[in-house]
Amino acid sequence: MLEVRGLSRRFGGVRAVRGIDLDVPAGAIVALIGPNGAGKTTSFAAIAGFVRPDSGSVRLDGTDIIGWPPERIALAGMVRTFQITQPFAGLTVAENIRIGAFLRESHRNAATRLARELGTELGLGAWLDRPAAALTVAGRKRLELARALAARPRLLLLDEVMAGLTPTEVNETVALVRGVRGRGATILLTEHVMQAVTALADRVYVMAEGAMIAQGTPREIAVDQRVVEAYLGKGAAARIADG
Amino acid sequence: MTRGLWIALATLALLPFASHSQFVANLAMLTAISAALGQAWNIAGGFGGLTSFGHVAFFGLGAYADAILQTRYGFTPWLGLPAAALLGGGVGWLMGLATFRAGLRGSYFALVTLAFAEAFRILANSIGITGGGSGILVKLHTSAGNFQFADRRAGYAAALALLALATFAARRLAVGRFGAYLMAVRENEDAARALGVRAVRVKSAALALSGALTALGGVLYVQSYLYIDPPTAFSVERSVEMLLVAMIGGAGTVAGPLLGALAVHAIADTTRSLVATPGVAPMLYGVVLLLIIGFLPGGIARFVTRPAHA
Repeated sequence: MLEVRGLSRRFGGVRAVRGIDLDVPAGAIVALIGPNGAGKTTSFAAIAGFVRPDSGSVRLDGTDIIGWPPERIALAGMVRTFQITQPFAGLTVAENIRIGAFLRESHRNAATRLARELGTELGLGAWLDRPAAALTVAGRKRLELARALAARPRLLLLDEVMAGLTPTEVNETVALVRGVRGRGATILLTEHVMQAVTALADRVYVMAEGAMIAQGTPREIAVDQRVVEAYLGKGAAARIADG
Repeated sequence: MTRGLWIALATLALLPFASHSQFVANLAMLTAISAALGQAWNIAGGFGGLTSFGHVAFFGLGAYADAILQTRYGFTPWLGLPAAALLGGGVGWLMGLATFRAGLRGSYFALVTLAFAEAFRILANSIGITGGGSGILVKLHTSAGNFQFADRRAGYAAALALLALATFAARRLAVGRFGAYLMAVRENEDAARALGVRAVRVKSAALALSGALTALGGVLYVQSYLYIDPPTAFSVERSVEMLLVAMIGGAGTVAGPLLGALAVHAIADTTRSLVATPGVAPMLYGVVLLLIIGFLPGGIARFVTRPAHA
């Protein structure tokens, strides 16, 4: 469904993303992981049209979407969430979700109904008529998710929706994301919380210093020497093996 | 609560018709025009967060369109209404595309609008069709067909009609999809775009709507005073008044500009009758605006009703 080839982006002298390849087959949950500063968020921004890549291609269902503005990409069915949550602070939680719902539902009553149902389903029921600015971190993460889901994406890009959540909240969110896939959406996510990646992902891509260093199933990735070293430093894998 | 407020406002609006005083009718007309212009500003500035300092550009364009069409080309002033609306809307749309495509926001946008208004003032001063600095005098000939009325109450009725139209538009924004998109862009443009909102188009459309309504205000002005010249058509003071009316009343709320116009005129007219020194009223506006920003960021409407988006 999503096909990324040779995607690169530099900021001044920093090569934030160095020619990465990535495939997200329809119906899958694919995770993009890596240490801080690996280039995950930049890759996401480039895929979703928020940052223009220097080179490479991004194909959504075979169509090259490089250079498309974010709103056109959203209309085409790929919707992202933000790692740093971006609520419409002055609007209520229900109104926030309704903005997403309006993408596929132009009638206001239907959009409102969809927004309230979705909000309730995602545990925001008590907050629906309160301003989004009043939400806790966990609440804001859920709002990001609810808003994106309301737009009924075929491909959902989740940028660290678990960050800052308690283990219980992570478990709840994992169940939510599974539910989303159950409804037929394909998911690409970046995540630091390995518990969530292991529980969710069919396939994992690992980035370090802007490059893609490994890919495989969560089980394969967990024992991959390059991945361990990317997180823990050079030679760490050998030292661990030595005990 | 909200319904009570609207009934009170509607009753208040009808009261001047009961009076035979032309002074009262004139005061009511000026207040209604202020409210209508404030509401027009509110559509872009309040709901869309497009803080314009140069909205008088649309007012002046509307006024000149009306004056020129009837004095130079002999058209009925009734044609001035659609012509002004089209011109104001068109200029608003183009101004929006130009500034929003360039990514101008906040104070940069405010400065560009101010520059637009000044540019139009200078233009009106220097080209022939506007009569230059001496302005355009519309011949006095009161008749309904000529959109001129001997009784000020008729002018007041026309101002009320424009106010009703602008308020109807604001009400639609408060409840509908386009308005929701506009407010989303105001709150967080990137997040809105990520959800498929065409931000540039939405903002330009809001500016066009606001510009069209403001231009209609210019037509009403010309039909009431039968004279327009560049300093009146494009005065910075009028831009500021539109913004004040909306902000004092409550920007981004439907009732705000109505309450704001009442407050501003109450302050201005009371001060004028008590203090002879000119310039005291604008100073008082300033104080009131500071108090509002400091203590009532939602404007008077916060007090009386709930905000439009709640």
